[in-house]
Amino acid sequence: MQLDVSVRKQQGTFEFNAEFSLTGRRIGLFGPSGSGKSTLMHLIAGLLKPDSGCIRLDGTVLFDAAAGVNLPPEKRRVGVVFQHAHLFPHLSVRRNLLYGWRRTPEADRHIDPEAIIEVLNLAHLLDRGVNLLSGGERQRIALARTVLTCPRLILMDEPLTGLDEELKFQIIPYLNKVFARFDIPLLFISHSLLEMRLMTEQVLVVGEGRVEREMATEELAQSAWVAPRQGYVNLLRLGRPQPHGDLWAYPWGDARLVLTDESDSDENVVELDSREILLFKRHPEATSARNMLPCTVGKIFTVGNRVRVELHCGAQQLIVQIVPESLRELELAEGKEVVAVIKASAFRRLL
Amino acid sequence: MSFLQPSDLDAILLSFQVACTATLLATPLGVGVAYLLVHTRIPGKAVIEGLVNLPLVLPPVVIGYLLLVLFGRRGWIGAWLIRLDIQIIFTLTGAIIASAVVGFPLLVRSIRLGMESVDSSYRQAARTLGAGGWDAFFTITLPLSGRAVFAGMTLMFARSLGEFGATIILAGNIPGVTQTIPLAIYEYTSSPGGDRMALSLCLVSILLSFVVLLASGAASKSLERK
Repeated sequence: MQLDVSVRKQQGTFEFNAEFSLTGRRIGLFGPSGSGKSTLMHLIAGLLKPDSGCIRLDGTVLFDAAAGVNLPPEKRRVGVVFQHAHLFPHLSVRRNLLYGWRRTPEADRHIDPEAIIEVLNLAHLLDRGVNLLSGGERQRIALARTVLTCPRLILMDEPLTGLDEELKFQIIPYLNKVFARFDIPLLFISHSLLEMRLMTEQVLVVGEGRVEREMATEELAQSAWVAPRQGYVNLLRLGRPQPHGDLWAYPWGDARLVLTDESDSDENVVELDSREILLFKRHPEATSARNMLPCTVGKIFTVGNRVRVELHCGAQQLIVQIVPESLRELELAEGKEVVAVIKASAFRRLL
Repeated sequence: MSFLQPSDLDAILLSFQVACTATLLATPLGVGVAYLLVHTRIPGKAVIEGLVNLPLVLPPVVIGYLLLVLFGRRGWIGAWLIRLDIQIIFTLTGAIIASAVVGFPLLVRSIRLGMESVDSSYRQAARTLGAGGWDAFFTITLPLSGRAVFAGMTLMFARSLGEFGATIILAGNIPGVTQTIPLAIYEYTSSPGGDRMALSLCLVSILLSFVVLLASGAASKSLERK
């Protein structure tokens, strides 16, 4: 997807100004509430008219003030999944799902309703009304409804805000499955760094009505570390586990990690706080922790009394946070060998 | 002597005919005006709103007289209609027009409140799903304000059943042609010895109004359940 935006919009005392050019498939719009993320989404979807500028998506002009072009929302083929789902309360789940599909020209309908119903596991809900559904079900239906219009781009406006933690992590795999299977570009709006890291590859950082920076999501996660009291959380992608005594051994690249949590999935995402990892100069003789990984030290950054150390463990990377005194005692330097020691219970399974 | 005179049955039937026709004819127009007031940014909206609401505060007799001026043989519209051989005054059509004008503000008011209470995000969602402005209005906004439209229709129907002032001026009080229940009651009370008959028609009127109220309550409950 290629999205070029250069717009201005004045709303009361709030002035929004954006100028960027994007190529990618999984892009995040990241920023605090009130920064203008939703405004930008409304401008791209055609629900708000910019004061000036132009918006182009894959070579189609959606809006151009100079040329007097302003495609109405229904002609843009840009799908939107709203924060509160906005399912139509007077229609059944089935009729909600097909609302957009019926209005999509046949030539553009390349997604089969049956397929999305299966991927999002909606078959048992079809004949229900929408007023008694759970938050997670509502969001899945809203997503399916939007996907069925076969849009060129889907905008998701904080779709996970308002869902509790557990539900959030139940829904993310569904989202990933949909976007992988139907190959639709995504612009994901959120103020949660963790959601960004799980859903996107690239982010636009929005603040005070402007697009401030564009960077890889991982880079954003690492830069957030500079702020005081913000720790870095490692997200590790693990394979299918094998029983290991009372515990579970998960493949992680060439290495193997022992965790207390069970899983029956081929792909697992766990988080590991960078402060939960201990470093040893040599392999310890015996320890209660179950994971001892020989690693090579990469780059070292110091901010105040915190030191961030990159560790390379085969092809994988881990980030560890220590204090300057430990750095001196261990005589850490780039290229040195160390052993990272992690307790089996330090990992938290997300997906 | 029976409880009701044969002419009373005519009056009851006529009342129904007038109220039903006036309500059904006014509803599409009411929806249209409410749409204009809620969803568009036309200039002079305040003036339109004032004109629509005026019959609510004007004495019905004044409305009747204005209608008579408009639809009379020499009126703006009347003179033009007479050439097409259509007469409004002293006919059933006149009674229907009088009822429609008097009840219209109640209808628009109710529909408008209903439309305003429909969250605009539903319309936005419909637009991003490929529905044009009109499509979204007819498939989302209108069904979601269905209860309000129905409530407005009930109010207008009840108001039309009781319409007196404007009707007597525009349509007269002709038994069997334009004499509705209130006009018949008026005639009984102004003729000697008619008290008892006026009272029985009053009872009919109370009964009818009560039935309308019950029916509207039941219908709005069933709409709610949906």
